Amino acid sequence: MKLLGEDIVTETGEFIINMGPQHPSTHGVLHLKIWLDGETIKKIEPHLGYIHRSIEKMSEKMSYRQFIYLTSRMDYLSAHMNNQACALVVEKALQVEVPERAKAIRILLAELSRIGSHLLWFASVGLDLGGVTPFFYAFREREAINSLMEENCGARLTQNFHVPGGILEDVNPDFQKRVKEVIKQLKDNFHEYDEILTGNVIFQNRLKGVGYLSKEDAISLGCSGPTARASGVVCDIRKSNPYDGYEKLEFDEVVLTGGDSWARYQVRMAEMLQSIKIIEQMIDNMPEGDIVAKTKNVIKLPKGEFYQRVETARGELGVYIVSEGAATPYRCKYRSPNFANLSAIPIAAKGGKIGDLIAIMATVDLIIPDIDR
Amino acid sequence: MFIKEYFGTIFNSVKSLLTGMKLTGYYFTHQNKIITEEYPDNRATLIIPERFRGEVIMPHDENNEHRCTGCQSCELSCPNGTIKIITQQEIQPDGKKKKRIHTWVYHLDMCTMCGMCVTACPTEAIKMGNEFEHSVYDKSQLKKILNKPDSKLKQGVED
Repeated sequence: MKLLGEDIVTETGEFIINMGPQHPSTHGVLHLKIWLDGETIKKIEPHLGYIHRSIEKMSEKMSYRQFIYLTSRMDYLSAHMNNQACALVVEKALQVEVPERAKAIRILLAELSRIGSHLLWFASVGLDLGGVTPFFYAFREREAINSLMEENCGARLTQNFHVPGGILEDVNPDFQKRVKEVIKQLKDNFHEYDEILTGNVIFQNRLKGVGYLSKEDAISLGCSGPTARASGVVCDIRKSNPYDGYEKLEFDEVVLTGGDSWARYQVRMAEMLQSIKIIEQMIDNMPEGDIVAKTKNVIKLPKGEFYQRVETARGELGVYIVSEGAATPYRCKYRSPNFANLSAIPIAAKGGKIGDLIAIMATVDLIIPDIDR
Repeated sequence: MFIKEYFGTIFNSVKSLLTGMKLTGYYFTHQNKIITEEYPDNRATLIIPERFRGEVIMPHDENNEHRCTGCQSCELSCPNGTIKIITQQEIQPDGKKKKRIHTWVYHLDMCTMCGMCVTACPTEAIKMGNEFEHSVYDKSQLKKILNKPDSKLKQGVED
């Protein structure tokens, strides 16, 4: 039998199916070509390019103030951290010292968006595995975080709150009160997540022992973030290369050695609690003062190469800029976490059942626009 | 031992399912905990934060005067080419020719609401409005001219 001029059954009797680009269980437009032997996965080949917007090339035509906002469109759930990486690389090149208050606000909002991102992941992992109810519980808290972002940054997802040298404008006077409200709501309701999904025996059986990724594979594939930390790789950029004052904060890097989908689930749930811990440390002693360091109107970076990495909700985002001394970058390259994490899926799913592939994709937590850029 | 494990699994499974059912049952019986907003019906009571970036607007005062000098800082700062300012030379009452805006074209369909034009404006002539219901039937309706007909530059802004 042939489909689009290609055999859908190979000579060795393997059956080829395409998952995506519009499969409802895949997030975004990911296209996986799967070789099946019965129900067992023999090989997976991801096909990319469905949502390519050439963000890197567009950045080369934009000034150092303008190119920051584009990165909100890569990993839209970690938009704040993506913008932070771009602002940090410009500050690093210009050797500008960011005011303490701006740093504190950056960290607070970054950790809030990390919680928001993990909450959406929690909602979708339940949804992917057939549980619709947890979605609404997670979105209740996520709505509180998004409202806070809307009040202070002016947008719910694509905040664009960073400028080179600091942040765009000072937060509202009731910011501290509102953050405390959100954190209290989250802490009061966190036990509900464990009751409705974590403790559920059907959910546990679908994740435990599924999609094993060894530590060696995670390192050689370049995985980062919760996906790698669930396999025992110590890779938190906030600990190893602290930026914006993370070195002064006390929090634990959550590392588990399970390597399966269940470990990836537990890492993300524990990271939410660590983010709450960071916010609670910061919120009562926010320094006063300026919110933006003085920079020239037209920013020109000195000649050279600059690299800055941050820990987004999904792993390490690196921004690499080659400057020729002009007002626009000569070359701009993003090392996105999802592209590396995607390569873990064929390894983790090999030999498993096709139904488990959904669980693996859900727990690796891919954001497709970040893969293609 | 096997029997104990077998029944233990069944007991734990039922217990975990009942724990989840208890939670959903709690919210089923506590109607006041529902936080869902019925959006199109609650337009009258909907609170949009002041900072929310919905569109670019140009405030005019009661004398139909705006604050835009036509310096085109916003046009240069826009990453998407959303703004196009057409200027013309106008003869002032004292006989001197000065640059004034003719049309301030705003392509809402290309705007990503980054707010960089507002930051760049030296005279605070434009700001971000809170309107967010932008859907129209025809794309051409999204091209807007922000300065009102016969509007003038406010006295003293240019100095």
